[in-house]
Amino acid sequence: MTREDRPFYWALGILGGGYVVLILLLVLANVFKLNLSGIRGFNSPEIWYAVWFSLVTSTLSAMLATMVAVPLGYVMARTSFPGKRLIDAVLDIPIVLPPLVIGLSLLILFQTWPGRLFQRHVLDVTYQPISVVIAQFAVAAAFAVRAMKITFDQMTPRSEQVALTLGCTRAQAFLRVVLPEARRGVLAAFAIAWARSFGEFGPVLVFSGSTRLKTEVLSTTVFLELSIGRLDAAVAVSLFMVLIALAVLLVLRFLGPADVMGKMVRP
Amino acid sequence: MISLEWLTVRSGPFELKQVSFDIPEGGYGVLMGKTGSGKTTILEAIAGLRDLDEGTIRLAGQDVTRRAPGERGLGYVPQDRALFQTMTVRENLAFAPSLRGWTRDETDARVAELSVLLGIQSLLDRMPAGLSGGEAQRVALGRALAARPKILLLDEPLSALDDETWEGMIDLLGEVRRATRVTTLHVTHRREEARKLADRVLILADGAVRAAAPEDLREQTK
Repeated sequence: MTREDRPFYWALGILGGGYVVLILLLVLANVFKLNLSGIRGFNSPEIWYAVWFSLVTSTLSAMLATMVAVPLGYVMARTSFPGKRLIDAVLDIPIVLPPLVIGLSLLILFQTWPGRLFQRHVLDVTYQPISVVIAQFAVAAAFAVRAMKITFDQMTPRSEQVALTLGCTRAQAFLRVVLPEARRGVLAAFAIAWARSFGEFGPVLVFSGSTRLKTEVLSTTVFLELSIGRLDAAVAVSLFMVLIALAVLLVLRFLGPADVMGKMVRP
Repeated sequence: MISLEWLTVRSGPFELKQVSFDIPEGGYGVLMGKTGSGKTTILEAIAGLRDLDEGTIRLAGQDVTRRAPGERGLGYVPQDRALFQTMTVRENLAFAPSLRGWTRDETDARVAELSVLLGIQSLLDRMPAGLSGGEAQRVALGRALAARPKILLLDEPLSALDDETWEGMIDLLGEVRRATRVTTLHVTHRREEARKLADRVLILADGAVRAAAPEDLREQTK
């Protein structure tokens, strides 16, 4: 950077820096609002249930999302077929729709006759703990698919082709060469899906309700605590969620798939 | 031998029209042509990585036109080498033998033999990411040769090498040819490589291939 460039970079820094300051102020506001009563409020069985339930459901939904995202991302990146553009657009629906609408749609889906039949004879879903995983998965999987498509788009198909000439079947080439080389992308897809699931509120509230010691997750805890006037406990839970989010971001930074995450927000 | 009969490949506006040529068993053919002329397409078609519209491909006397890439008995070195980045050099070399059911001892012996031939003994436990261009090229060559293929396909194997490394690789390719007697098709746009290595030169232009003798190369390509 030359001396003549400095005003330009200062201008950029001021414009962009305002947002960074806003994020820090949001966290700091919570920190200063935190008091002993909030920390004590955190120590209730209901909230600890929500902590563990959030961790378990987010992990399960992220695992499911990754299991769907790897094959779908690969197919979308490496093949051409009629209707591909349409499917690409369909995959963006959970990203652009308000999450609350996803929850409402899930609720309606499970009240149609096939949905009711499924609930009667296979598994009761609506307002049950399993519905939390389904609600989180419905949104998070779309983000995971995007991450995996970017990963496979960035990888040259050459090593896979060489593996084929050396004697691999297509499945062997995928499992022995492509997947190991895509491991950072897989990790990024998992982390993005996990973070998204962990913070999901709208679809969980609509599709699962927020029943204490049953379907309550941390994001709905904040809402419930606020609704009964316990601001201190809501602040404590919010800060706990910030700490978890920071931990995930730090792990991502160490593992290096930040490039995949960065490209997800670019067209 | 490598034998192409009336090979036609269409891809959008690009077309290879009824390409035919032979490279005899143990021969070293160099396919030349301008960038975008379809040299890599021919290699991919031979390797089974691209569908043909028409034509027949025979390798070592067998019609392999409908065979999967792994059943054609060939080794392929793409232009970007495409080494397996999550495996060590040793694992790259052992990849094809282990896939084809060689025993551990047979695989280890083959890796040792190739590492001596290619001068990469000191690289065996390194990861591909840290290799120089010349080293990576030797490893890619070794990986392609590991399962003793009868056919070797090289896509611009000496591009992006400095002059000294280029000279060394020319000598090495000659040595590999003498040691393995593998029938080779080498794609390049550098006449010098054809003059030094080829006993059959093929020139690809306007979607068709014509043959030229290495000694006539200067006149033919003018």
